[in-house]
Amino acid sequence: MSGGVDSAVAAARAVEAGHEVVGVHLALSRAGGTLRTGSRGCCTVEDAMDARRVADKIGIPFYVWDFSERFRDDVIDDFIAEYSAGRTPNPCMRCNEKIKFQALLERALELGFDAICTGHYATLVDGDEGLELHRSSEEAKDQSYVLGVLTAEQLRHTMFPLGETPSKAIVRREAEERGFSVAKKPDSYDICFIPDGDTRGYLAEKVGAATGDIVDRSGEVVGSHEGAHAFTVGQRKGLAIGRPASDGKPRFVLEIRPVSNEVVVGPKEALAVAEISGTRYSWAGAAPREDAFRCEVQIRAHADPVPAHAVLADGALVITPDAPLDGVATGQTAVVYVGTRVLGQCTIDRTVSAVPVDPQPVSA
Amino acid sequence: MIYLDHAATTPLRDEARDAWLEAQRVTGNASSVHGAGQNARRVLEEARERVAATLGAEPIEVVFTSGGTESVGSALQGLWRRRAADESRIVLPDGEHHATLDTVAWLASHEGADVSPVALDAAGRIPVDAFGAAVDGAALATALVAGNETGTVNDAAGLAATAARARVPLHLDAVAALGRTRVDFAAWRGDAPAGSGLVAMSVSGHKIGAPVGTGALVVSRTAALEPLLHGGGQQRGIRAGTQDVAGAVALATAAELAEAERVEESARLEALRERLVADLARRIPAAIVLGDREHHLPGTVHVMLPGAAGESVLFLLDQRGISVSTGSACQAGVAEPSHVVMALGYTAHQAREVVRISMGTSTTAADLEALADGLVEAYDRIAAD
Repeated sequence: MSGGVDSAVAAARAVEAGHEVVGVHLALSRAGGTLRTGSRGCCTVEDAMDARRVADKIGIPFYVWDFSERFRDDVIDDFIAEYSAGRTPNPCMRCNEKIKFQALLERALELGFDAICTGHYATLVDGDEGLELHRSSEEAKDQSYVLGVLTAEQLRHTMFPLGETPSKAIVRREAEERGFSVAKKPDSYDICFIPDGDTRGYLAEKVGAATGDIVDRSGEVVGSHEGAHAFTVGQRKGLAIGRPASDGKPRFVLEIRPVSNEVVVGPKEALAVAEISGTRYSWAGAAPREDAFRCEVQIRAHADPVPAHAVLADGALVITPDAPLDGVATGQTAVVYVGTRVLGQCTIDRTVSAVPVDPQPVSA
Repeated sequence: MIYLDHAATTPLRDEARDAWLEAQRVTGNASSVHGAGQNARRVLEEARERVAATLGAEPIEVVFTSGGTESVGSALQGLWRRRAADESRIVLPDGEHHATLDTVAWLASHEGADVSPVALDAAGRIPVDAFGAAVDGAALATALVAGNETGTVNDAAGLAATAARARVPLHLDAVAALGRTRVDFAAWRGDAPAGSGLVAMSVSGHKIGAPVGTGALVVSRTAALEPLLHGGGQQRGIRAGTQDVAGAVALATAAELAEAERVEESARLEALRERLVADLARRIPAAIVLGDREHHLPGTVHVMLPGAAGESVLFLLDQRGISVSTGSACQAGVAEPSHVVMALGYTAHQAREVVRISMGTSTTAADLEALADGLVEAYDRIAAD
């Protein structure tokens, strides 16, 4: 129970369904603000109080459990390490993978509980080969992407009461009917451990900002930057390049090289990625029967899924979208769907460009 | 329900409740000149005399407050703001209650105070000689008479004598000590020079069976203490505001009862404590009881259960209807392992594996048997992996 409206309604529905429910608020951050400031961040003392009051209203016990140490190790430190290595992490995936559905689930099972119930918009379906994770009802804000990292075992101990609800507005209305003060509370977005939303500033502080070169694909220096972590693949804004490209077209970030502290830029076409792959992958349920199969791949929570061909080869999941994808950064998660079903995911280790490498300029 | 968190708060004594209700019939502002006011004043001052007697203080030295936090904050801020001109150091032992820690931290970041920490010994006691070394030339010093988490009892007389010798004003936090161990302001103050040595002492009502919202700050006649509240000049100008007559009566009633039964009750709780500790040593060999073996409050057992998160143990016991704590009840919201346990040299991780059991008047041997069973079962379940 984060103190948000989704987990509030989810808890209420679980109670109504006849389950024995205990509400838990996760204390993940050491920073601990008191009052919420806007919609950014999460889990201030006020959020914990909001969650508590909902628990009071629905008549369930309420605890605040401290997972800040593991959160720091598994989510925050990973976030910083990934950016330091020039990759683009997704801390919400790591949090689901390591904290909510692992550390918390472990404790819950240890204490005699059967399942973790959350306010995520996703559905569980009993399939032929066991439990399946599916997208939520069409109009809702489907959150199956961030749950793509769950395993069959984890799914067995999970409940998503909001999955079948067609819209968020309905959930809010229900919260109001139930008398929850959080009915009108805005959703939190951005990264929960960077409450002021200034990811760049946060990284500058944690990773350190060192001036370096902005180079084109041939290695020619075209500008300078004040910290490679401030850039992400596909980015166009924020490039302080003195002169325009020789072809006059806008330049985009293609790659971040942390060792040489270089940011590589090029034309939009160069962003096109023909193939993505990852050696760290998991199945949200039964593994696929074939080593090669058709699917849809989604590389961001709010990206559209695109049709693709997937192959398991040499310990890697290799995904080839039918049409090249733009702006794919290593470190991101590729979630693989078959219809509405989440098949699984991989962390993208490698991308293969859709365009051939430019020939070297002929020396004068 | 088996309630074993008396250090957090303890049930309102029937006598205190009755006395409070009775005193509520007295209508009159104790500061008013007319007969109704005089009557209220009489009831109030009788209560003050009774409280003073239990604390070893003179009635004029007793200032009624809203509780421990107000007493501690008023004392520290008040002594700081009337400190000797050239001093800026505050002597702060490790492991003090948050009312002390946070106040001193605030003075350091906002009013230029420098903090001289004093490390605790392995048993969690303030070493008097280390305290003495720190106190030399300080603006003021503060110390717990007894800790609310580990239950360790310090040498209050020794600490006060040290402060007197150094001519430094000392505040003692007797919130956890009152009713459990001897508290004697006059004895500890001795014949310290005016304005130095023991000059202030905090106590809280709801820890001894008076209502929440009652408490007192003993302030020596010669103490230089800047008030926090200004207004009607009540209570020597130290704590302005219409005085809570009924609260004072309830506090006096509870204080007298607590002191009258202290020796016998302490012996009873100590025996229960010893049995519990022996039981745990036998059934959970890995358990570590923290605090001083000799100098501790009767009835407080602060135990580390390696490999078991305190939160998990607390939950399982709670499910069985047994109430214990993982540390001070006052750390609201922000995730924080017990700084007191860390002051003993443990890591933050270890400090999260601690459970505090504190007994009270209602505690029976059967309660503790149930607790021990619950702890053993919880520990087996959690620490198995």
